[in-house]
Amino acid sequence: MTGKTLAEKLIGSHTAKGSASAGDVVIVTVDYTFSHDAAGLLLIQQLNQLKRIPSGVDKNRTVFFIDHAAPSPTKELSNDQATIRNYALNNDLILSDAGNGICHQVLAEDYLSPGDLIVGTDSHSCTAGGLCAFGTGMGATDIAIAMKLRKTWLRVPESVKMNIRGRLSRGVSAKDLILKTLSILGTDGATYKSLEFDGTAIDELDVYGRLTLTNMAVEAGAKTGLVKSDERTRKYMKEVEREKKWKEIQADADASYESEIEINASELQPQVAFPDSPANVKPVSEAKNVKVNEVFIGTCTNTRIEDMRIVAQILKGRQKARGLKLIVTPPSKKVYLKCMEEGILEKLLQAGATITTPGCGVCYGAVGGIPADNEVILSTSNRNFPGRTGNPKAQTYLGSPATASATAITGYITDPREFI
Amino acid sequence: MVGRAWKFGDNISTDEITPGRYMGLRSNMPELAKHTLEDARKEFPSSVKQGDFVVGGRNFGMGSSREHAPLVIKMCGVTAVLAQSFARIFYRNAINIGLPAIVCDTTKINEGDELELHLSDGVVEDVTKKTKITFPPMSSTMDAILNEGGLIAYVEKHGDLVLS
Repeated sequence: MTGKTLAEKLIGSHTAKGSASAGDVVIVTVDYTFSHDAAGLLLIQQLNQLKRIPSGVDKNRTVFFIDHAAPSPTKELSNDQATIRNYALNNDLILSDAGNGICHQVLAEDYLSPGDLIVGTDSHSCTAGGLCAFGTGMGATDIAIAMKLRKTWLRVPESVKMNIRGRLSRGVSAKDLILKTLSILGTDGATYKSLEFDGTAIDELDVYGRLTLTNMAVEAGAKTGLVKSDERTRKYMKEVEREKKWKEIQADADASYESEIEINASELQPQVAFPDSPANVKPVSEAKNVKVNEVFIGTCTNTRIEDMRIVAQILKGRQKARGLKLIVTPPSKKVYLKCMEEGILEKLLQAGATITTPGCGVCYGAVGGIPADNEVILSTSNRNFPGRTGNPKAQTYLGSPATASATAITGYITDPREFI
Repeated sequence: MVGRAWKFGDNISTDEITPGRYMGLRSNMPELAKHTLEDARKEFPSSVKQGDFVVGGRNFGMGSSREHAPLVIKMCGVTAVLAQSFARIFYRNAINIGLPAIVCDTTKINEGDELELHLSDGVVEDVTKKTKITFPPMSSTMDAILNEGGLIAYVEKHGDLVLS
């Protein structure tokens, strides 16, 4: 019998049989379900249509987030959010209200543990894989049923092994690594599959960087992205005060992979995704003449505290370029507080940054920071599809927090190694 | 029923099908549907007719998990979305809400071709070209969900989530 991949192990442990192999279609129990203000209204409508099946909603494991438009900019969205808020309150479910943070960040901080299986109405649910939890996004109907029955059906994905050897050099981060991965796979190179990241560079990567990698697995079409649970995962679980929930999880040495792709992290340079695709990636040197009107540092992809420290290190004592808009959105209240404690906010404000409420911010194009016609944004987010940031006549480039910080200073897309 | 083909390219994202900037219309789906695919083809929402087909290339529906994307396409009266491949969440959402998402060779279909879908036979007929495009059957569970009117109806009928 061949060994198991991480995806097979995590899904298998949630089946009645206790094991699963790639290609199997299985019913799995789910540990957490969640929704948010972009899908919650539809989800509640679907829940209300489910009359015959018995309700098995677990009040301690069902979370509603208000993060996509936080705080609400219009009366229509305020009304939608009121419906969602009241539903959570009236049914005694967990409510993470506006200002508390982005769903994926808050889930990693407060709820998820290695080995968990989570489904939610957001495509970046795969972020959970950075903690070795199986997460995948679905629509409102699937999640309504998963909430009510505490189970869902899945086809066990084949796995692609991303062997990241070597070591990331100074000024090069997990964001550059996942952009490089996307340039190899394209936006559909891993459709239906699990991207399993391993290798010496992953051994050395802390959970914050692993969450950046797995967050963007869906950008290659993947069902999820996964990293093993090891001592670095234990360190993270200790930091978030859930060390008791830590356990080691590794793929078996003889697990079967559909393919294996190798990247030498030591040779990697900072990368930038050009409009209009996260897979349209080139080294930062090829973008150096691109003039930028707005820099957005935020989202579930980046800006955990370790990223914010890098941003502060680059911006400290410097000024943003004249006429450039610099918007920084901490991903959660906890990161915001930590930034206050460490004096990061002061450095950013002195450099000319606007700091906004924790949430999805500019990435989703539903609150502040929407670019003007023909403007160019450099964003630390995960998507630059046409119209993504709220104006189809604007263009979005994607890069790391370090690249974004250096770009904010010069006004042109800039290699962060010039400032580190 | 015969309908007209609306051709789209590869990698049509959910941000183009139903943009985030219209999030405030998600409580008013008929209004939201008036913006369906407008960022990809501006004339689509005002000119699409009952029974028409959306014909994509590779990776149709990439990006977010918003179920509103297949819902607004269905509300425009579209019979089915045909594409060489689909992004996984869009595909699952389309079947769940009862919009046929058909994986087939769309390269020979031209803009404006008259098409007819024979779902159970696995055939799309190009009436204009007098050709037939075949497609493989869906998984039995997906087929049952679609035939029983979507996942909500399927689960209500069986009283549980079961695999067919």
